[in-house]
Amino acid sequence: MPGEDGYQHDLLVIGGGGAGLRAAIAAAEESNRLSIAVLSKVYPMRSHTVSAEGGTAAVMRDDDSLDTHAKDTIFGSDFLADQDVVETFVREAPGEVIQLEHWGCPWSRDPDGRVSVRPFGGMTVNRTLYAADKTGFHMLHSLFQTSLKYEKIVRYDEWFATSLLIEDGTVCGVTALNLHDGRMRPIVAKAVIMCTGGAGRIFPFTTNAAIKTGDGMALAYRAGVPLKDMEFVQYHPTGLPGTGILITEAARGEGGHLKNKDGYRYLQDYGLGPPTDTPVHRKMELGPRDILSRCHIQEHQKGRTFDGPYGHYVHLDLRHLGEKLIDKNLPFVRELARNYVGIDPVHEPIPVRPVVHYMMGGISTDITGKTSLDGLYAAGEAACVSINGANRLGSNSLTELLVFGARAGRSAARHALERAAPRSNPLAQLASDERRRLDQRFLRVDGREKIADIREEMQKAMESGCGIYRDRATMEATCQTLAKLRERFAHISLADKDAVFNTELIAALELECTLEVAETVARSALAREESRGSHTRTDFPKRDDARFLKHSLAYRTPDGPRIEYLPVTITRWPPEERKY
Amino acid sequence: MSDATITLEVTRYRPGHDREPHPQSFEVPFQKDWVVLDALNHIKDRIDGTLSYRWSCRMGVCGSCGMMVNGVPKLTCAAFLRDYRPGPIRVEPLANFPVIRDLVIALDDFMEKLRRVKPWIIRAEEKPVSEGEYRQTPAQLETYKQFSMCINCMLCYAACPVYGLAPAFVGPAAIALAYRYNLDSRDEGYRLREPVMSDAVGVWECTFVGECSVVCPKGVDPAAAIQRSKLAGATDWLLSMVMPWGGRR
Amino acid sequence: MSEPRVERPGLYYPKLPTTWWLRNTNYFLFMLRELSSVFIMVFLVLFLVELYRLSQGPKAYGAYLETLRAPGWIVFHVVALAFALYHSVTWFKLSGVVQVVRVGERQVPPSLVTAASFALWAVVSIVLLWFMVRG
Ligand SMILES: Cc1cc2nc3c(=O)[nH]c(=O)nc-3n(C[C@H](O)[C@H](O)[C@H](O)COP(=O)(O)OP(=O)(O)OC[C@H]3O[C@@H](n4cnc5c(N)ncnc54)[C@H](O)[C@@H]3O)c2cc1C
Ligand code: SF4
Ligand code: FES
Repeated sequence: MPGEDGYQHDLLVIGGGGAGLRAAIAAAEESNRLSIAVLSKVYPMRSHTVSAEGGTAAVMRDDDSLDTHAKDTIFGSDFLADQDVVETFVREAPGEVIQLEHWGCPWSRDPDGRVSVRPFGGMTVNRTLYAADKTGFHMLHSLFQTSLKYEKIVRYDEWFATSLLIEDGTVCGVTALNLHDGRMRPIVAKAVIMCTGGAGRIFPFTTNAAIKTGDGMALAYRAGVPLKDMEFVQYHPTGLPGTGILITEAARGEGGHLKNKDGYRYLQDYGLGPPTDTPVHRKMELGPRDILSRCHIQEHQKGRTFDGPYGHYVHLDLRHLGEKLIDKNLPFVRELARNYVGIDPVHEPIPVRPVVHYMMGGISTDITGKTSLDGLYAAGEAACVSINGANRLGSNSLTELLVFGARAGRSAARHALERAAPRSNPLAQLASDERRRLDQRFLRVDGREKIADIREEMQKAMESGCGIYRDRATMEATCQTLAKLRERFAHISLADKDAVFNTELIAALELECTLEVAETVARSALAREESRGSHTRTDFPKRDDARFLKHSLAYRTPDGPRIEYLPVTITRWPPEERKY
Repeated sequence: MSDATITLEVTRYRPGHDREPHPQSFEVPFQKDWVVLDALNHIKDRIDGTLSYRWSCRMGVCGSCGMMVNGVPKLTCAAFLRDYRPGPIRVEPLANFPVIRDLVIALDDFMEKLRRVKPWIIRAEEKPVSEGEYRQTPAQLETYKQFSMCINCMLCYAACPVYGLAPAFVGPAAIALAYRYNLDSRDEGYRLREPVMSDAVGVWECTFVGECSVVCPKGVDPAAAIQRSKLAGATDWLLSMVMPWGGRR
Repeated sequence: MSEPRVERPGLYYPKLPTTWWLRNTNYFLFMLRELSSVFIMVFLVLFLVELYRLSQGPKAYGAYLETLRAPGWIVFHVVALAFALYHSVTWFKLSGVVQVVRVGERQVPPSLVTAASFALWAVVSIVLLWFMVRG
C-alpha cells in the first residue's frame, strides 16, 4: 500500500511477475534513496510466472559455453534476434540464476550439491536449471518473498493500470484503478517499468492465465511506443486438449515420446530423426517448438492423429520413464494429467495438441530496457528487446525476466535519480479525465454488446487467421473482423456499475487491450510476406532475408496499426539455413 | 454434451446494496469435465455479469480461486462438478476471512503476517554471486521442499477454527513458510524468526485441530510444521534453562 | 489471547458460530479430544483422594472404595477409560507427524514412527500390567 507521501514514487513497476519483482529488487539494490512501488492487478504471487514449469536456461557447466548458448538462441530465433542483445543475455544469465539460488530458490540438485541441468528443446547442451517441474512457481515465490525484505519497496496489490501519465513527452506515472474501492488515482513516478506479461488471451486455446491480456503492451502502444515483432506467436506442441493446460517440454527433455494414432514416433518423418531411445539434443522430440507444432498439423492432414471432443491430438508417452523418475522430476505433470484428463502418465499416454503459449513480440526496447518514450521502460514477456526473434527457445524466457528485469530496474533507477519529481497538479487533472472516460464509456451507458461475445469472436478470428499456418486471404478477413469488433466495442454494455471489486469493468478494460494487441499481431503478420520461425505462410513458404531480415514495428494510428521496419543486429553469426 | 444442468448456490454480497451475504441460485449446464470455476465463468459471461470472484491460472498453481464448496475449502479450478452431482453445489467465500464482495475475501492480514515471519534467506555473511552457488545436497533439499510448495491459497486458514476465533493467530501457511526457511541449509535466520514463532499468537496458539493439513491442496502439511516448530521452540527453551549459554545453533 | 481486530467499513466480517465444531467430523473429533481431558482430570482428582485416604488407614480407604462401587462411579470410570484410550491413540497417531526421525540422510516415514510409538506403548503397558498382576 502507498507510502506516507501518498501516491508519489521515484520508480513505479507495473506488474508483480518475475520481471517486475526482479526489476524492483534491482532498483532497490541500486540505490537506497529511491522510493519504489510495484503495482499489480493481482497479488504478485498470483502472476503468471507462477505457471512456468520446465526450467531456466543458463550456462552452468564446463561442457557448455556462452557462444553455444548464444548460437542456439540465434538459430532458434531464425536469425531475427539481435545478436548483441543475445550475447549480453547469455553472459549475464549464469549470475542471475545463481543470485536467485542465493535468494533461496529450491533448484533441483545433483548428488554433489550443485544445481542440476536438464536438456530442453532446441538447446545443444544440458543447460536448463529447474525446480522439479514447478520452476516458475519457485522462482516467483522466491523473488516475492525476497522482495518483502526491502522496506523501500511498497506495493499496490490489486490495482489496475489504465493509462500512462504523460507530460511534455515524458512519462510521469500511471492512472490506476484500486479494485478494492473502485477509485481512480494518479500514481506519480519519475520512471515507469512495464512488466505486464504476455497476451495469450487473444487466442481461444492457450496455456496462458486469464490475466494475460497484453495490458501493458496496449498502454505503451496508445502512448505512441511501437510494438515489435508482434506477428510471432509461439505454439507449444503439448497442451492438454480442452483446457489448454501445458504439459512442459521437460517431459520430453526427460525422454518422453510423441506418437501418432498408430503409436509411431512421427517426428522422424519430418527430418528430425533418427529416433533413439535416450533423448538427443535438438533431435526428434527435442526439436524446437515451431517445427514440432507444424509437424502436428501436417500429421493431422495426413489423417494420422486422434480425434476427440476438443479436436485432433497425439500422444505424449512417458510410460517408459517409470514411476520413480516421473515422481521425482515431473510430479506436476502427473498431477495435472490425472486431474484434468483423468490419465495417469505412469500407465497411459497423455493426449496433447499444439496450443498458443508465448508472444515473442512486445514493447520495443533497447538493451537497457528503455523504450522510445522518455521515462518508460519495459521488461519480460511484455517487452521485446529482442532475444527471441521469430521463435523463442524453451527456458530462455524465465532467464530473460531475470536478466532484462534487472537491467531495466537498474537503468530506470539511474534515470529516476537524475530526474526532478513531476508536478502532480496537472497529473491529478489527467487522472480525473481518465476517470471520466471510464465512467462515460462503461458505467453510465447502456450498450447492447456483451463482453463475452466480442471476446469469443476476436479469439475465433485470431485462431483462423493467425494460427500455425497463415495466408493472405484469411488474415485479411481477420483484420476486417477485428476492425468491426473495435467498432462494436464502443457499444459495450456492463451489468455491473458498482465501485467495489468490479471485475466486469476490469474484463472490459482487458478486452479493450486485447483487441488492440490482436490487431497489431494480425497486421504485422499480413505485412510479413515470408515464413520465418513461428510465422509460417502457405503463400510465402520460404524465408526471405533480402526483404525481411528485419523487425517489424507496429505504430498506432486511428485507422489501426502502421507497420514499419527496423534492421536486425548481426554480430558474429551470419544468417544460414535453419535445419535441425 | 448433454442437456443436463446443475444448480449452484452462490453467496452474493455487494457492499452498499446488501447488509449481509445471501445465496443466489444459478442453473448451469452440466459438463463432466467442468470444474466449479468453469461454472462460475459461465454465470459471469452468460447469466449475470455482476458476480465477482478471483481466478487466473485455472491449473491449481496461482492460488487465486479458493472458495468454500459445500462447506469445504477448495480450489475451484480443481473441484469438478461431477464430484458434486446431483447438486445443488454451495459456493461461498473462504470462511474466517472478511468478505470484500461476493466470493472475494480480504487478504491483507495474511500479507502482513507473511512479511512478519521473514520468509527470505538470512545469513550472517552473504557469499558474492561470483563465487557460485551454495552447495545443497538432494537430501538437504528434501528436508524443506515440502514446506516450500505453498501457493498461499488460504484454504488452511479457512479450515482453521483457531484463526476463526482469534484472527491474530499467525496461522498455518505463514508458519509453514517460516519453518521452510528455518530448515534450509543456506539459512541462518532461526533466531530472528523465533520471536514471531513463539509469540502469544504464534505456534502456541495452535491447538492442533489438524484440519489445515487435510484441506491443503499442495500437500504442504502446515500442521506438522507448527507442531515441529513447537517442539523446536520447547527444546530451545529447555536447553536455555539448563545451559547458561543457551540452546541450538 | 489476542486483541480484537480493527474492522474496516464495507467489509463483511463473518462470525464463527458457537456450533462450529458440529460442522465437520474432524472438528467434532478434535472437540472430543479436548473434552477427554476433563474426564481425565476428574479421574486424577479421584485418584489423589484415594491416595490421601490410603494414608489415613485401611478403614478410611475401604469406605472410599465402597463409595466408588456405586453404579454412577463405575459408569464414570468406564467412560473415563474410553476417553483416556481415545486421547492416547490420537496422541500417538500424531507422534509421527511431530517427531522427525532420521536414519543417516533419510527421513523415517511418519507412519513408521507412529507404529513404533504404538509398539512402545503396548510394551510399557504389558510390563506395568505384569507388575500389577504379580504384586
Ligand atoms: C504454462 C506456461 C509455462 C511456461 N514455462 C516456461 C518455462 O519452463 N521456461 C521459460 O523460460 N518460460 C516459460 N514460460 C514463459 C514464461 O513463464 C513467461 O513468459 C513469463 O513468466 C512472463 O513473466 P512476466 O514477469 O513478464 O509476466 P507475468 O508473470 O505474466 O506478470 C505480469 C504482471 O503484470 C501485472 N499486470 C498486467 N496487466 C496489468 C495492469 N493493467 N495493471 C496492473 N498490473 C498488471 C500482473 O498482475 C502480473 O503481476 C511459460 C509460460 C506458460 C504460460
Ligand atoms: S499451506 Fe496449503 S492450504 Fe495453506 S496456503 Fe499453503 S498451499 Fe494453501
Ligand atoms: S485459478 Fe489459479 S489456483 Fe485456481
